[in-house]
Amino acid sequence: MADLSVNIAGVHFDNPIIAASGTIGFGHEYGELYPLSVFGGISCKGTTLKERPGNPPPRIAETPMGMLNAVGLQNPGVEHFINVELPWLKQQNTVVIANAAGSTEEDYCKITEILSDTDVDMIELNISCPNVKEGGAQFGTSPESVEKITKAVRKHCTKPLIIKLSPNVADIAAVAKAAESAGADAVSLINTLTGMRIDINTRKPIIKNVTGGMSGPAVFPVAVRMVYQVKKAVKIPVIGLGGISTWQDAVEMIMAGADAIQIGTVLFTDPYAPIKISEGLHGYLDSHDIASVTELTATVKV
Amino acid sequence: MKFDAQDCKLVAKTQLTPTIYDFRLQNAELAEITKPGQFAHLLVPGKTLRRPISICDVEGDMIRLVFEVRGEGTKILAGTEVGDTINMICPLGKGFDIPTDKKIIFVGGGIGVPPMLYSAKSAGKNSVVINGFRDKSAVILTEDFKKIGCKLIETTDNGSYGIHGFVTQPLEEMIDNADMICACGPTPMLKNIAAMAQQHQKECFVSLEQRMACGVGACLGCAVGVKKADGSTTYQHVCKNGPVFRAEEVAW
Repeated sequence: MADLSVNIAGVHFDNPIIAASGTIGFGHEYGELYPLSVFGGISCKGTTLKERPGNPPPRIAETPMGMLNAVGLQNPGVEHFINVELPWLKQQNTVVIANAAGSTEEDYCKITEILSDTDVDMIELNISCPNVKEGGAQFGTSPESVEKITKAVRKHCTKPLIIKLSPNVADIAAVAKAAESAGADAVSLINTLTGMRIDINTRKPIIKNVTGGMSGPAVFPVAVRMVYQVKKAVKIPVIGLGGISTWQDAVEMIMAGADAIQIGTVLFTDPYAPIKISEGLHGYLDSHDIASVTELTATVKV
Repeated sequence: MKFDAQDCKLVAKTQLTPTIYDFRLQNAELAEITKPGQFAHLLVPGKTLRRPISICDVEGDMIRLVFEVRGEGTKILAGTEVGDTINMICPLGKGFDIPTDKKIIFVGGGIGVPPMLYSAKSAGKNSVVINGFRDKSAVILTEDFKKIGCKLIETTDNGSYGIHGFVTQPLEEMIDNADMICACGPTPMLKNIAAMAQQHQKECFVSLEQRMACGVGACLGCAVGVKKADGSTTYQHVCKNGPVFRAEEVAW
């Protein structure tokens, strides 16, 4: 059988499939269905310094081949994460990635410093949450702001640092380059695309927050394009996500330039998706006589 | 096993009203662990999000779901043919905790009526069921409730069948004889029942709904406002903390 393991910024993953932040909480629920080691890694729910209650409901709307969400970073705070969630997660035989969010540069530096002093394997910086006025999205919208926040956080971060990029930008390659030059160890993309739906009977937005982040199969081609552009622009590892639903999507995303992938919304459609994607990857690599999934990265013939 | 995603075979399908369907789905493993007030999360071919449907009843290895066609997703589900399978994550959520030594009034409104069947059945013959409907054409499950031997009261908003008026009228007359109220239906109805229960100092549980994604408690999408001990409001989730909540905890 082909080797599915990958190395991202010095961290070994048994397989390249990572659960995307915000879709798996801290792992307990899907852990009822299978061992969490079916994932190479888990990117935990976006965590802030203090507990956040999140946005008022409705937070969810369906879209053609996808969905909008405006959960608004509901989370129990970093202290709870470290004391309650992390010890359990560390026993699940999967890479634990903390997803750090905040509203000021100071917040980001502080939470990163706190998380650096724990057993988390990596830190993913969430500078692209579109659902909170001060959810950090303003840090992710230009190469200059991404460079500034990455540089600041880097000084406090002793863990491998992933910068999660927003697709709501003019030039994703320039943003990725800015993260790289400021000291990021990897980038992950794409976060959700900002969207909106209206109930035509009430003339009100379906989501109370008015807008929400769009995810699911509908965003997949956008994600493939952006991963392709970013891979050509940077030397650091690229984690590709956005609408991956099948093993074929996973192969496509890896060919576009992803060193590892994240899956999220598909879990809501099919909780067993990580197992099916992993089996499909094995089958594809074996039938094409490819020894390691790493040989597939960025092999698109343009 | 608390819950699982499994294919369930549709073995019987009836249409109860022009928009309400009655499905019996076979899965012994899931039926065995399903309790009153829980729900199943149904995969809809071609849709990203599943549809949460409350459990109407469990009959041996059969899970019974009675649901209303409200949009595209439920329309596709209604098109499922006998012999086809539907993938369900089941059972989900915290249902009604039904004591057998208490006098319980179950109140259902509209499409909130189906989950009352399994719940009332579990409570035994001393239970009272009050079901309210828009009009005669919307009345469902009358014979099923009669079969379980409970006292059944039915109302319609326009008086075309049963008692003319809302469920709260017969409830007001009977509430002092009850120990506990379990209700499912439109939010205004639940809110009124919660207020009445509080006034009469009766335990009251309500089953809520909200737009939902994962169904298992991971995504935090289906938020519902609840009151904290200090009086402030926070959010819990219909799929995991509910769908059944203590009425006095809900921030209406």
